[in-house]
Formats: sequence, structure tokens, C-alpha cells
Amino acid sequence: MTRLSLLAPLMVLFLGLVAPPDAAQAQPLRLQITEGVIEPMPFAMPDFVAENNAGQQYNEALGRVVANNLANTGLFREVPRSAHIARVSSFDAGVSYADWRAINVQALITGAVSVSGNRMEVKFRLFDVVSGQQMGQGLQFGGSTSNWRRMAHKVSDAVYSRITGEDGYFDSRVVFISESGPRENRAKRLAIMDQDGENVEYLTDGRSLVIAPRVSPDGERAVYTTYETGSPRIGLMTLATGQRQLVGEIPGAMTFSPRFAPDGQSLVFSAARGGNTDLYRLDMRSGQMSQLTSSPSIATAPSFSPDGRQIVFESDRSGTSQLYVMPASGGEARRISFGQGRYSTPVWSPRGDLIAFTKSHAGRFHIGVMRTDGSEERLLTASFLDEGPTWSPNGRVVMFTREAAGGDPALYSVDITGRNLRRLPTPGPASDPAWGPLRP
Amino acid sequence: MNFTTKTALLLATLALAACNNPRPGMFGGGGADGFGGYDQGISSQALGDPNDPTSIAHFNQRIGDRVHFTTDSSSISEEGRQTLNAQARWLTANPHFPIIIEGHADERGTREYNVALGERRANAVMQYLVSQGISRDRMRTVSYGKERPVEACAAQRCWDLNRRAVTVISGGRTS
Repeated sequence: MTRLSLLAPLMVLFLGLVAPPDAAQAQPLRLQITEGVIEPMPFAMPDFVAENNAGQQYNEALGRVVANNLANTGLFREVPRSAHIARVSSFDAGVSYADWRAINVQALITGAVSVSGNRMEVKFRLFDVVSGQQMGQGLQFGGSTSNWRRMAHKVSDAVYSRITGEDGYFDSRVVFISESGPRENRAKRLAIMDQDGENVEYLTDGRSLVIAPRVSPDGERAVYTTYETGSPRIGLMTLATGQRQLVGEIPGAMTFSPRFAPDGQSLVFSAARGGNTDLYRLDMRSGQMSQLTSSPSIATAPSFSPDGRQIVFESDRSGTSQLYVMPASGGEARRISFGQGRYSTPVWSPRGDLIAFTKSHAGRFHIGVMRTDGSEERLLTASFLDEGPTWSPNGRVVMFTREAAGGDPALYSVDITGRNLRRLPTPGPASDPAWGPLRP
Repeated sequence: MNFTTKTALLLATLALAACNNPRPGMFGGGGADGFGGYDQGISSQALGDPNDPTSIAHFNQRIGDRVHFTTDSSSISEEGRQTLNAQARWLTANPHFPIIIEGHADERGTREYNVALGERRANAVMQYLVSQGISRDRMRTVSYGKERPVEACAAQRCWDLNRRAVTVISGGRTS
């Protein structure tokens, strides 16, 4: 029995259906995600059609997951089911566009589900109500009923992608730290959940302190800092089996702050000894280690550019923590942060265009983004303590830890325009989110 | 060792054992914070009577097991030097105890930076003790970053207490 249920691969089939191929290219319904204030696009998500009796267990829930995903982006607004005039009783019936236009719906999603034993089939179609045509082809997903939420996330990703022209992020998971116990002696467990806070599973038992995990580019492993030896060390875990090992040990040093390279085969991390913290790189195949920085100061919180050629990190070599970019093999580092305050935990966006960071200034903490040369800094949040941003797989949203004064930490997300700040539902206090990739 | 001291030692040992029991394998070490040491085993060490100058309780309570730092700094203050001088005298007079120096940060910084900062503070204390004649081989450092505040109150008073390095007299004598 594995620690996390291994997912049967989801099958995706195109349904050669009513819409002519041309309709997919026309795509008149388009939501441009821009910096400006946007009016959320109104959509309707009627309950999925249950195509057999067993499907009735899921037909409403599937639609609710899709509707919540879309509404949670802040880009879409659901027209409530109670306002619907038309009833969708058959997946293949024609769409009464006039009925949807009458309640100002612009995008209509219809779905159907059938269940046989442990297996389910989920289908959906997306309609542009304004122009009265289907957007793209119908899609069908098949898999185990235990993956029903994933299928709803797949539908959500397809809808998001067709309307915005960008990849979605709904079928993805977040590794984080689940906290319990008194502040002076917190128990911290490595945990994983779906991006919407569902399906929480605990990966360690809390006997050893663990902090600051990261997910591998393929989503199958996590690295984190663990105190299981009594001193900071780097743990590597295979998520499907829970198998763990220590990697990157350096005699006489504390090692922490590990990050995967984009190829998933090497790590960059910090090693502290003699009052000095430098960055090292470990090739996990050969076991070969190289030192990337040698400055009499702190260098930590590294993050690779998506092409693997550069590393952004924080250092206090100038006297306070600031952000620097250097070649991935080490070498001269260029400072990119010049605003007031301290800059920390830089994270390169998956699109490569932005760096998210933590900034503290005048007693407040912020999550912000800047271009990779340090220009166009924008602060997205402000609070008593915000820290540690992690990017959604499509680079549109950052998730981070927020702690109110005297309160417990919780996970929040905000989109990169600074809108749509949300608290994620977690079973208890939570910190250090690490957003994994979109799942295949 | 007189009878009173023996009794105090015995009671302390029992109390510590009882204290460790609910969380087996968590932390060894006999310092005031008790976070030092390795997870794998429990070591117990009697704290003794603070009036006994050779006791760990005396070290923790009368000499002072910790020094404090200002924000982002690992510089040891004049007050800190006096504490460490007294620690060094005790450690010289009681040469059989290994030492763990824990470095800690307050909550007003990011998590991983604070691990690095805690290491810098622990190292500063270790270097100072070395300068006072304590063998490097007796000492080990560990940084807890901001993970183990003495007190969490979201106010300056607590942050000042939490920016610290604690000299933990480790469980088990070296000889």
C-alpha cells in the first residue's frame, strides 16, 4: 500500500461532436487577463447530467468543483443555478442560447457523468452564449471514481484555458507545512493537498521539525529542511511512497533551503558553517557537489530561472538582505533589488518574466513581484507577516504564508495584479506552501 | 556530595525523565530550553541544585545560559561578554560536559534567512568561548532559526527575548 494513492492515468478523448472544427478557431469569447480592473465574466454551470443512476452521486458535486475553481480565480462570476431558465437534461441536446442570454450568461459549461463500478466517465462542453456557438470540441475524461475531483479540475483547466488562452492551474497540488501545538514548541508536519485545499494527506509524523518544502518539476518528489538528526539537513521524499532520505550532507555544516533545478536532477541549497552561509549545488545522479558562492555573508533561498541558466537568491553581503542573480554554475552575482527595506525568498516565475519575493519595510511584510532585472517592482500584499511566495503552474497566482499578530499562520493566494486575495482552507495552522506542477 | 545534593539530583533526574517521556526520541539535552541533541535517543542529565556551583542548574540560572542580540546582528554585547566569560569559567571548572550552542532568531524575518542568522549567532558564541580557552571539540552549534521562540507575543518584548544564543550543557559526560 503506498502512502499516497497512485492515480490511474486519466484518459482524455476528443468527442467528435456537433461543433464544426471552424468554431474552435473562431473563439469570439476571449478574456484578456490584463493589469487593469476587469469585470468577471458571468458563466453558468448547471449540474452535470447523470447518465446513469450511479452517476447521480457525482453530478452536482462535479459542477460545484468546476464553478468554485472558476469563481476563485476572480476572473469569472457564476450566475447562480437558481436563476437558470433553461434546464440541461441531456448532454447532446441543443442549447437554448436565448434562455442563457436572458440572464446575462456569457459562458455556459455543460457536463455529463456516468459511473460503472469504480470507473467514471466525465464529459463537458463549453458554449459561447453571446455568439451562440460551441467553443472547441467536447472533451471526455475517464478514470477511477476516487479521482472525481481531479476530473472536475481537468474540466476547469480546459474551460479556463479556452477562454483565457493560458494554461490553467486547477489540477495541481500544494505541498505545505501543517502546524500544531504551542508556539514555543511547534510540531510541524509535511503535508500535501489539492490546490483548492481538498484531499489533505500528511507525509511526516511531526516528531521532527520540518520547514520550507519544494516540489520537483515533475511533481513526484519533495525536498525540505528537516531536523531529524537534531540539526538542519536536507530531506528528499518520493511523494507516492513516502520514502525519504537525507541528501547533500556536508561534514560540520548545517544544510537547508534546498531547491530543484528545472531538470529535477540537481539541487541548490545553503550550507552554514563558521558563521557563514553559502550556496552549493548537488548533482543527484553523480553525487558531485560544487560551491556556487563564497562570500563572508549569508546566501540563501535560491531559485532557478525556468531555463536553468540563472539563479536568483538572497544575500546580506551589502549589510541587509537583498536579491541577486548569478549564473547557475556560480560566478559574479548582480544585485537586482534596490528599494527600501529587506528583500527575501525570491522565486522565479514559471513563465520566466517575473520574480516574486518577500519584502519587509517599516515593520510590515509584503509579497511583491519585479521583473528579473529588478525593475517594475509591485507590492501585492501588506500585513504583519507575509512571507515565502510560491507560483501557480501558470504564473498567474502566488500563494504564501500570512500570520496575523499573535495569530496562527495560514495559506493565502493573490493574483499577480494584486487582486483576489484569498485564504485557503486548511485543517489547521499552515505555512510554507510549495505549488507543484499541473498534473499530466 | 552531601545527602541533600544527592536527593536533589535524584529528584531532578526523575523529573526530567518524566518530562521527556511523553515525547520519546524528541530531544535530548539538559539546558533550559532542552532542544539540543539528537532525535534518536534520550539522554537525561540531572540539573542539580542551583546553589551547587558545579550543577547545571547553577549554570542555567545563576550564570545565565544565554546571550541576546539586536535585530539582524550577531555581535556580542558587553553584557553578553560578561555572561560568556562566566560560562567559560564554569566550563573550564567542569570540563566533562559537551556543549550545544543553539542560535535563534525572532519572528520578524523570513524562515530560511533566520536559520542562517541563528547559525551566525551560535558561531559567534562558540568563537568567543574558544577565545576564552574552551576546546572547540567540546562544542557543537545548531540553528533553530525562528522555530523555537522562548515566548510568542507578537511584540518587541518577545522578539528581544527570542534573538538569542543558548549554551546547552549536553546530556552525558564526555568522560
